[in-house]
Amino acid sequence: MFDGLSLYGRYVAASIRSQMQYRASFIMLTLGHLVATGTEFLALWALFERFGHIAGWTLPEVALFYGLASVSFAISEGVARGFDMFAPMVKRGDFDRILLRPRSTILQIGASEVQLMRIGRFGQGLIVLLWSASALNVTWTLARILLLLWTLCCGAALFSGLFVLQATSAFWTTESLEVWNTLTYGGVETAKFPLSLYEDWFRKFFTYIIPLAAVTYFPALAILDKTDPLGTSRLFQSAIPLGGMVFLGVALLLWQVGVRHYHSTGS
Amino acid sequence: MPQIVVQDLCKTFRVAERDPGAWGAIKGLFHRRYRHTSALDHISFSIEPGELVGYIGPNGAGKSTTVKVLAGILVPDSGVCQVMGRTPWKQRIPHVSQIGVVFGQRTQLWWDLPVIESFELLRAIYRVPAPVYRHNVEEMVALLGLGELLDTPVRQLSLGQRMRCDLAAALLHRPALLYLDEPTIGLDAVSKLAVRQFVKRLNKERGVTVMLTTHDMDDVEALCRRILLINRGKILLDGTVADLRAQVSRLRRLVVVLREEKDWIETDEARVIGRQGPQVTLEFDPERISAPDLIHHLTSAYGVRDLYVENLPIEEIVAEVYQGAGM
Repeated sequence: MFDGLSLYGRYVAASIRSQMQYRASFIMLTLGHLVATGTEFLALWALFERFGHIAGWTLPEVALFYGLASVSFAISEGVARGFDMFAPMVKRGDFDRILLRPRSTILQIGASEVQLMRIGRFGQGLIVLLWSASALNVTWTLARILLLLWTLCCGAALFSGLFVLQATSAFWTTESLEVWNTLTYGGVETAKFPLSLYEDWFRKFFTYIIPLAAVTYFPALAILDKTDPLGTSRLFQSAIPLGGMVFLGVALLLWQVGVRHYHSTGS
Repeated sequence: MPQIVVQDLCKTFRVAERDPGAWGAIKGLFHRRYRHTSALDHISFSIEPGELVGYIGPNGAGKSTTVKVLAGILVPDSGVCQVMGRTPWKQRIPHVSQIGVVFGQRTQLWWDLPVIESFELLRAIYRVPAPVYRHNVEEMVALLGLGELLDTPVRQLSLGQRMRCDLAAALLHRPALLYLDEPTIGLDAVSKLAVRQFVKRLNKERGVTVMLTTHDMDDVEALCRRILLINRGKILLDGTVADLRAQVSRLRRLVVVLREEKDWIETDEARVIGRQGPQVTLEFDPERISAPDLIHHLTSAYGVRDLYVENLPIEEIVAEVYQGAGM
């Protein structure tokens, strides 16, 4: 376990050094990310400036959803981005090389494309989250802080799970399918707003199938100490983020099935 | 005890067939027809520790499928495969930590990093103890002349330099067994020689078992005592280079350089197959006339400046074996 982590650290360091070979491009991309995501939040701010609140939600409240979704997505992009880039890897036959090395495929792929420029999204999400935390009328007890951190971890697990599932499908299709981008990139956009705003079927989909609400909406309610218009209990809201971990677990099991399929077809 | 045992290995691939054109692609989405191709058809062989075996055959013969099975990447449909007592695909991690693989077409180094940093990463991946690693790097640097390459990013290396670094990378964990897939493809003459010399030394001095797939018959002649010739998923020949020659034809060649050009040169036992100025190439059957007799006959009848006996190029022999087997 420790050995695996240290290898992971080495991969990350190598990946960062590789990117530093193209320093100018790195700086431009990071700034670009920060500006792009920053403008997005500005638009949200302008909306609330005009209307005050939307369906009973204030800007600092929505900023909490926004921050949770952005930060956990940025973490998952950091640790599982290799899975996002997996389809071309299979196509090039580079997965063979992974199998030829005496380490777990998950570790090798997860660590293979750590992108430092994602720090732009992470930074912006964190700023929004911290602003929201100070602007909200909430006392930050230890329990609340722990729930927040726990939610971020589970959120990162959920998004990583989506990347893993996307990669797993590439064992069969070899092409990367656009539908996965609607779930990952579309998912993070969806999760930036309170679930109660959406249609019922849409809510169900993002609660039970892809449990995005489990790592944003429900725990955020517990943090905000707000009654759920959908009527869930506090206990449920604090425990449900675990769904993100379960989702990742299932995704990793399916990944193993995919690897076995690859072993028998070689493509 | 053999290091590699392969018995009755079979592997069939299912390839989706598609009608040509856009309509075919759409039809393919709903209804797929499959064609089954047999990549390995009851392959059997065994390799002892310290052997250097050439695994040759035309494109699509089943070479890389075999290597993939031996490396643990591919699971066969049936048959036995044991490498150092293990079934590769069942014990992937212990298996791959004891083998080295080099693909001529693909590097396993990190593209944007200096070579030495790739080595460091591989050290961590294979858990090579630091003193062993240092010793191995020093040895590889000396044997392959990597000195000034270590700090160069891989993308800036020439193909020959890259191949030397890849060889070193595959050996840092001291594998007992090395698979080389087209290690000299695209290399210039000097690099080819360097790679061959290195592989030969590695095999001789360290006793590393080497299995070499190649299209370059000079590689085979220079390195391999034993050849496995495969086509259409079947082993056609398992033997020495001499066995391969014997299987095709006994005919030998004699190249004669005459003192002056002659319009005509003929003997009963030999046939002229080539003529270039004063240089004439004759083909003869050593069972009908021995080389000394033929030489004696020629030197007494014509003014001869130089002569030498030539072997049939191995490419031609292989081509004949393929043809002989109806390919």
